[in-house]
Amino acid sequence: MRQIYLDHASAMPIDPRVLEFAKRYVTNDFGNPSSLHSAGLTAKRAIEDARQRVAELINAEDETCIIFTSGATESNNMAIKGTALRNIRKGKRVAASAIEHISVLNPAKEFQKSGFELTLIPVDQTGIVDIGKLADILTEDTTVTSIMYANNEIGTIEPIQEINEIVHEKGLYLHVDTTAAAGRIPIDVQNDGIDLLTLSSNDMYGPQGCGALYIKPGVKLQPVLPGGGQERGLRSGTENLFAIAGMGEAARIAKDEMGQESERLKGMRDKLIDEISKIEESYLTGHPTQRLPHHASFRFSRIEGENILLNMDMYNIQVATGSACTSRTLEPSHVLLAVGLKHEEAHGSMVMTLGRSNNAEEIPIITKAVKETVQRLRMLTPM
Amino acid sequence: MAQIGYSEKVMEHFMNPRNVGTIENPDGYGKVGNPVCGDVMEMFISVEDDTISDIKFRTFGCGSAIATSSMVTELAKGKHIDEAMEITRKDVADELDGLPPRKMHCSNLAADALHGAIEDYKSKKVGK
Repeated sequence: MRQIYLDHASAMPIDPRVLEFAKRYVTNDFGNPSSLHSAGLTAKRAIEDARQRVAELINAEDETCIIFTSGATESNNMAIKGTALRNIRKGKRVAASAIEHISVLNPAKEFQKSGFELTLIPVDQTGIVDIGKLADILTEDTTVTSIMYANNEIGTIEPIQEINEIVHEKGLYLHVDTTAAAGRIPIDVQNDGIDLLTLSSNDMYGPQGCGALYIKPGVKLQPVLPGGGQERGLRSGTENLFAIAGMGEAARIAKDEMGQESERLKGMRDKLIDEISKIEESYLTGHPTQRLPHHASFRFSRIEGENILLNMDMYNIQVATGSACTSRTLEPSHVLLAVGLKHEEAHGSMVMTLGRSNNAEEIPIITKAVKETVQRLRMLTPM
Repeated sequence: MAQIGYSEKVMEHFMNPRNVGTIENPDGYGKVGNPVCGDVMEMFISVEDDTISDIKFRTFGCGSAIATSSMVTELAKGKHIDEAMEITRKDVADELDGLPPRKMHCSNLAADALHGAIEDYKSKKVGK
């Protein structure tokens, strides 16, 4: 059976062009960018080229706004902790939407132990941040408000422009996690009024173990990883040259090809949603239209998500779920609970994220497998 | 080496569960778990001469919940009820070549459902 991989939100392959471009930085041109000899300068040039490409993807003011990190988790930690600590005189409060990734929520929760307050911003049933409530609950002692550009589990795209206006009326900085959105939909930090922005390399076909944080000129944050002073002193440690060069190339390709590729995936996504929604007691999760072009997510009554995942894997189709049974804590996804699902409803979730390897011919194979999976699992259930 | 994912036996029982379904007018019926936790199992038994002659289950839960239910029906079928009462959660997990540690509790309620069905049978018998 041919593999149909539908879990691009979890991991993506490196684009072959990225691999080809970057491999010389682990074979021939492997110098340390901090070295002054020619090998070091070659490496340094590669890093600065990559910085330029990443800056262009999000229309940053200039390339110096980009700091390379080890991935989205580090970028998110840096954005929350770095700004909260550096701007403590403004207040000891951070805010985040209830559907943020745990690498935003957990650092914020950890800070609660040191006397910081966390404001959780609710979302509606489609996952859109409640703009009215946002204006009501944000207080002036809030240093950083973190709202993701789009959610990885339900695909909902947030109205960042509107959010930006409210956040800047009261709080200090707006941090936006674009792990799920970058390379999929256009992002413009200047137009969207973003102060800090998280990017992940692997989520746009770049190497794993690399990410970036955009920091708007003038935004102040404290280094969370002190050491040799790389990356403007904000993120020490010898640069991950191969991955950074690869991320730059991935950003360049994403910028060039995003429009066409997103249209292609959107067509497939809509067919998946149409077909799978025909299954009895199946429901789309997230927003019907304000939605990532490659993202289709559902829940099914009376069956459980881990079983859906395992059963689909028998067809060599890989999907994801927010079911409690697959989480380390055995708690259902906080995202599904935040959009108002009950525990027993959240158990039946299935998430499909499309990518470059997928094509329209796969759609009937996928929908048939989903129908058979749901039917089989419902035969087993006492509910 | 640490166990990665489910054993082959768990997957085999997940894909081909034994004794799925219900028994009309069962001699014993047991149900454990609740949908909020994500695991509900029900067990139906027919008993002849205090021996389990038929057993069926239905389960809502993860892959290991289905596999443990299936395994417990295999272990119990044909056994005297006193013997079947002695089947433990650990027996079920061992027979499946182990379960991942965090699955040991929540999805391994199958033995409890079986014991519930046997208790139900015993209480009905006293009533007769």
